[in-house]
Amino acid sequence: MKAEAILPGTAAGPVLRLDGPLSFWGGVDPATGTLTDPRSPHHGVPIGGAVLMVPETRGSSSSSAVMLELLAAGRAPAALVLGRGDAIVGLGILVAREMGWPTIPLLVLPAADQAGFADGERVTITTDGIIERQ
Amino acid sequence: MSLELSRDDEAMLAGRDGPAAAMALRIVADTARMLGARRLIDIASAHIDGCLYHGDSGTLFAERLLTDGGRVRVPTTLNVGALDLVHPGRERLDAAQAAMARRLMAAYAGLGCRESWTCAPYQAGHRPQLGQDVAWGESNAVVFCNSVLGARTNRYGDFLDICAALTGRAPRAGLHLPENRRATLLIDASGLNPALVAEDAFYPVLGSWLGQAVGDAIAAIDGLPGPLAEGPLVKGPLAEDRLKALGAAAASTGSVGLFHVVGVTPEAPTQAAAFGGLAPRETIRLDAAMLEAARRRLSTGLVPPDGRVDAVAIGSPHLSEAEIDAVIRGFAGRRTTIPFYACTGRHVLERIAGDGRQAALDAAGITVIADTCIVVTPILAARSGLLVTNSGKFAHYTPANTGWNVLYGSLTDCIESAVAGRLVRDEAIWR
Repeated sequence: MKAEAILPGTAAGPVLRLDGPLSFWGGVDPATGTLTDPRSPHHGVPIGGAVLMVPETRGSSSSSAVMLELLAAGRAPAALVLGRGDAIVGLGILVAREMGWPTIPLLVLPAADQAGFADGERVTITTDGIIERQ
Repeated sequence: MSLELSRDDEAMLAGRDGPAAAMALRIVADTARMLGARRLIDIASAHIDGCLYHGDSGTLFAERLLTDGGRVRVPTTLNVGALDLVHPGRERLDAAQAAMARRLMAAYAGLGCRESWTCAPYQAGHRPQLGQDVAWGESNAVVFCNSVLGARTNRYGDFLDICAALTGRAPRAGLHLPENRRATLLIDASGLNPALVAEDAFYPVLGSWLGQAVGDAIAAIDGLPGPLAEGPLVKGPLAEDRLKALGAAAASTGSVGLFHVVGVTPEAPTQAAAFGGLAPRETIRLDAAMLEAARRRLSTGLVPPDGRVDAVAIGSPHLSEAEIDAVIRGFAGRRTTIPFYACTGRHVLERIAGDGRQAALDAAGITVIADTCIVVTPILAARSGLLVTNSGKFAHYTPANTGWNVLYGSLTDCIESAVAGRLVRDEAIWR
């Protein structure tokens, strides 16, 4: 599957595919890297190391800060795949690069195409945005 | 499609104004590339959301900007931090976190930002003009700036807000472009009960529904009867606080950056103006059942048999002076029997300090919180409990951010529940 590489990079990991929108601020605990929304079926699940697929991002403009903190603390997903471009989350990755901290690829893949991946299956991501099953 | 930079931009990137400005412009330019923008634009002001502590990384970034000689180039206000600097000790942060949160706030002040510490900068004297380009963070401030003031900002995330302030530049994209400010969805509210629309408690529910229903699309709400639609009330305190509550809730459940209310907000004098002369892509007829579903989602807690609740919190966005007056009127000399948190800004505290209103809040047993609020920093007791609120934004974020459950109600419900120590909620207004 070919995604659009907004911030290109390589990654590998198990898919964690959400079925509803996510706000990183209020939806991910920056101190533990777990999903915190009690209204979500993924409540309590850690996102560290996963290829996180999010159909839609919502909510706070602090989501970039949560992403930066996850990157700085080594609790970030291996890659982030969003249904639509989101500059707020991408900013956290840009700032990590400026600070000399690890970064991750940011890709855009429509929610309908994300649905072709199963939770937990291992995938690799190439710099030109190809997501392949391992 | 590549980004064209001005000669001034190139000079800044090359280090003319120091390393902080160069780094800030690299981040602005890379964001512009992510957004597919062709150029950068000048901005007139900024509002910074990045001063809230989420972990040490944000502090290290702000301090890097400061040690590298950063200085804001446009008037810039600050959103809430993690500490109430007016009333020390209100937060349950450990010493290390409190120290990093304080360093973060100090770094942003050191960059030349005004120490406003409020999520309602638009009620603290920061009011850009119709059509002006600005760079604001904090989702409720963004939606107010666009919708109620008619100034133009995208939803600037933490870090891009300060980078725009340090460079005076922002990507020419999104809501800065007039053609992207037109409504595409029509919300027909003419079928709602006028008595409900006259209630303050209606607006957070409307906003919460709106965000859930439209995501990041621009909606025009038409057919609102009652005070909001009767003439230019948007200039008055009542309608402004209602629009503030609507926008904050919409920006919590959705990525709403702009909405129009036909006949009320400045870019929507008529339905045709709101849609730029084009036809709506879709029309949604808002009915009582849709609103009731949204209202139910705002409450997560089960009311215990004895009705006991543990605390009340109001003030997201920060209470205006008019809202403080409404709280004092509502208590009418009575006292809360449970913790009652009223979150507001220094701009309001300065006005109420000497004229008996602060004393009235104290006499009612109210805990006034300034500079911060109960969902961004730990203020509520560590054990979870049941919180009553009239804020759609508090209702949305409290469960995940604090572990507390919430019950949504009107301001009157909040006050009566606080006095009684158990839930007192007037359900009749929703029928």
